[in-house]
Amino acid sequence: MADNIYLPYLATIEKITQEAPGVKTFRLKFKDEEVARSFEFKAGQFGEYSAFGEGECTFCIASSPTRKGYIECTFREAGKVTSALARLEEGQTMGFRGPYGNTFPMDEWKGKSLLFIAGGIALPPMRCVIWNALDTRSSYKDINILYGAKSVADLVYKHELKEWEERTDVNLLTTVDPGGETPEWKGQVGFVPAVLEKMNPASENTIAVVCGPPVMIKFTFPVLDKLGFKPENIYTTLENRMKCGVGKCGRCNVGSKYVCKDGPVFSRAQLEALPAEY
Amino acid sequence: MEQKYIPSKYMPPKYIPKSSLKAWLAKVKDDGRHIYAPVTENGKTNFKRVKSVDEISMEHIQTAQSAKGAVFPRTEKLFSYAGGQQGDVALQDYNPNDIPDTVVFGLHPCDAAAFKSLSGIFSWGAKDRPFDERMKRVTLVGVSCGRSDVFCFCTSVGGHPGSAEGSDILLTAVGNDGYLVEIITDRGQALVEKGADLFEAAAAGVSKEEHLASVPVRFSVEEVQRKMAGSFEDDIWKKQSARCIGCGACAFVCPACACFDIQENAKGNGAGDRIRCWDSCGFSLFTLHTSGHNPRSVQSQRWRQRLLHKLCYMPDRLSVRGCTGCGRCSRACPVDMNLAEHLKEFERLKV
Ligand SMILES: Cc1cc2nc3c(=O)[nH]c(=O)nc-3n(C[C@H](O)[C@H](O)[C@H](O)COP(=O)(O)OP(=O)(O)OC[C@H]3O[C@@H](n4cnc5c(N)ncnc54)[C@H](O)[C@@H]3O)c2cc1C
Ligand code: SF4
Ligand code: FES
Repeated sequence: MADNIYLPYLATIEKITQEAPGVKTFRLKFKDEEVARSFEFKAGQFGEYSAFGEGECTFCIASSPTRKGYIECTFREAGKVTSALARLEEGQTMGFRGPYGNTFPMDEWKGKSLLFIAGGIALPPMRCVIWNALDTRSSYKDINILYGAKSVADLVYKHELKEWEERTDVNLLTTVDPGGETPEWKGQVGFVPAVLEKMNPASENTIAVVCGPPVMIKFTFPVLDKLGFKPENIYTTLENRMKCGVGKCGRCNVGSKYVCKDGPVFSRAQLEALPAEY
Repeated sequence: MEQKYIPSKYMPPKYIPKSSLKAWLAKVKDDGRHIYAPVTENGKTNFKRVKSVDEISMEHIQTAQSAKGAVFPRTEKLFSYAGGQQGDVALQDYNPNDIPDTVVFGLHPCDAAAFKSLSGIFSWGAKDRPFDERMKRVTLVGVSCGRSDVFCFCTSVGGHPGSAEGSDILLTAVGNDGYLVEIITDRGQALVEKGADLFEAAAAGVSKEEHLASVPVRFSVEEVQRKMAGSFEDDIWKKQSARCIGCGACAFVCPACACFDIQENAKGNGAGDRIRCWDSCGFSLFTLHTSGHNPRSVQSQRWRQRLLHKLCYMPDRLSVRGCTGCGRCSRACPVDMNLAEHLKEFERLKV
C-alpha cells in the first residue's frame, strides 16, 4: 500500500455488533501481520472502507488508538456501499485505506477538563476520543459526557454507556428526544441543547467536543456561548462527501480548506473563518 | 515583445526543416513509443494515438479536447480485486508496466503549462502513483501558436503563445519551411537524439517572436484573484451562472481540471476493477451527501467553486493556477458562457 494510495489493506471482520436499528459496529483485523502490528492512527482520523464489488465509503475510526491490534467502525446503513457492508458477516473480508485527516489535539488538552456532547450516530468519532481520554485518565481533569438520541432504541454503544455510567471518574448524562422514551427509561428526556443548559457544565479550563447532526450543532453552539466556552475551546468534525481522502479528487473542500486533509477536526474558531460551505 | 526562452543547458535553439519533422517522429515512433498528436476527423481535431505520422494535422487553432488524458485518462484502473468477500479476496496492484512510453506531440503552450497545474494537484501530499508513473513516461513536444482566436487568453493568466513552460521540447514555425527547436529538458534532448542528424543549428539572429500569434492581455490576473477572493458572498456568481445548465462540459475539455470520482467496475463473480474517472464540480451530485444535504446545492455555488478553485485555492495551496487560458471551456459551453469575459467582470468589481 505504501506505493499505491488507492490500494486498500485487506481486513477480516472479527466481530459485528448490532448497536441500534440499521447501525452496526465492525471490529477489523488487518490480514497482513506486519500491517496489523505497525498500523497507527490518532483520535479523530478516518478511513475509506471497501466492500469489494460495491465501492468505498468514509467512516471515522471509532476505536481508540490506545486499543491495539484492531480498529473499529460504526456505521449506519444509508446507501449503496453501507448496505453492502451491512450484508457482510463475521469472518468475511473488506478493505480499509487510511488513516487520513487531522486529529483532535489531545496533547494540548492535557490538564484540562473535557466535555463531550454527541447526538445520534455522531457518537463514533467521539467514542474514539472518549476511550483515548479514559485510557490515559490521569492526563485530564473532569470528564463529562452528554449523549442524546432520537429514542432509547437509537442509542449506540449501550454496553459502553453502562460502563461509563458505573465508572466514578466520568460523568455520563444520556437523553432521548421527547416521545422517544420507554417506561423503563431513567435518563433525561429532551433535546441535547436544552439538556446541556440544564446540565450547566463549567467552562473554565474545559474543552468542549461537539458532534452531531447540523441542527443539533446549530442550537448547541449558542448554549456553549452562554456557558462561557470560547470558540477556540470548542471542537467538532465535518463530514463532507469524500472520495479520495487525500486531497486530490476535489470534492470535500470548504473554501480553500480540504476536510480530508485540513480536517475533519475543526475548532469552532477555525469554522468561523470558513465560508458556509458544509 | 520580450523573448520567452526558458534558460536551458541545451541552448542555443536548433532548427528542423518541415520536410524532416515526420522523419524524426517516425524514428521516435519506431522506438516503440506511443505518439499522441492532433488528428482531424469529420472537421474536429483531437489528440489521438497515431499509427502513422502522416495522420497528424497541424492546421487547428485548438483541439476540442486537451491532451491531459495522456497522464490522467478519462477512466483508469487503480487496482483489481477477485474472490468476492468470502475471506479469500485477492487484490492485484496497479501495474505501471502496462504504461507505454508516450510522446504528446503538437500541444500548444497553454496545454503544456496545464501539465504543471495537474502535477500540482496530484503531488499535493500523498503521492499519486498512477499519475506519477504516467508523468515519468511522457515527453511533451509543444508547438507555439502562430494563430489564435477570440477565446484565447493565455497572456492574461501568465502564459504566452511561445511559452516553453511545461514542454520538454518547443517547436515554433519560423516561416513556411521549418521550425525553431528549443530543447528544454533532458527528456527533450533524448528525443532529439533519436534523429540528431535531422536537426541543424538555427540561423544566427532568428527570432520566434515575429512568428507568434498576438494574444492581447484582457485583464490583470492578480487583480482578478484579489477581488475574487473577497467576493464569496457577492451576487456576481448568481448573475454569471444564471444560464449555466450544469452540463460539466467545461471540466471535461479543460486541460487543468483534475476532479475525479472513484467507482467500481464490477465484472461478476466477485471480481472487478476499482477505477477512477473524470468528474466535474459543476454536477449537483458531486458534493451531495447521502442524507440529501448538499453543501453546494445550487449552480451558482458550483460555478463559484470552479473559479475560486482555479484562481484562488490552487495558487494559495499549490502555488499553481488552475487555468492556462486555452479558451476551451468557452468554445464548448452550450449556453455561450465566456470565461475571459467573466473573469474581466471581477476586475471591475468594487471589493
Ligand atoms: C469524515 C467522515 C466521517 C464519517 N464517519 C461516519 C461514521 O463513522 N459512521 C457513519 O455511519 N457514517 C460516517 N460518515 C458518512 C458516510 O461516509 C456515508 O454515510 C456513506 O459514505 C454513505 O455511503 P453509501 O455508499 O452507503 O451511500 P450512497 O449515497 O449510496 O453512495 C454510494 C456511492 O455512489 C455515489 N452516488 C450516490 N448517489 C449517486 C447518484 N445518484 N449517482 C451517481 N453516484 C451516486 C456516492 O458518491 C457514493 O460513492 C462519514 C463521512 C465523512 C466524510
Ligand atoms: S478554465 Fe477554461 S480557459 Fe482555463 S484552462 Fe480550463 S478550459 Fe482552458
Ligand atoms: S476527499 Fe478527495 S479531495 Fe478531499
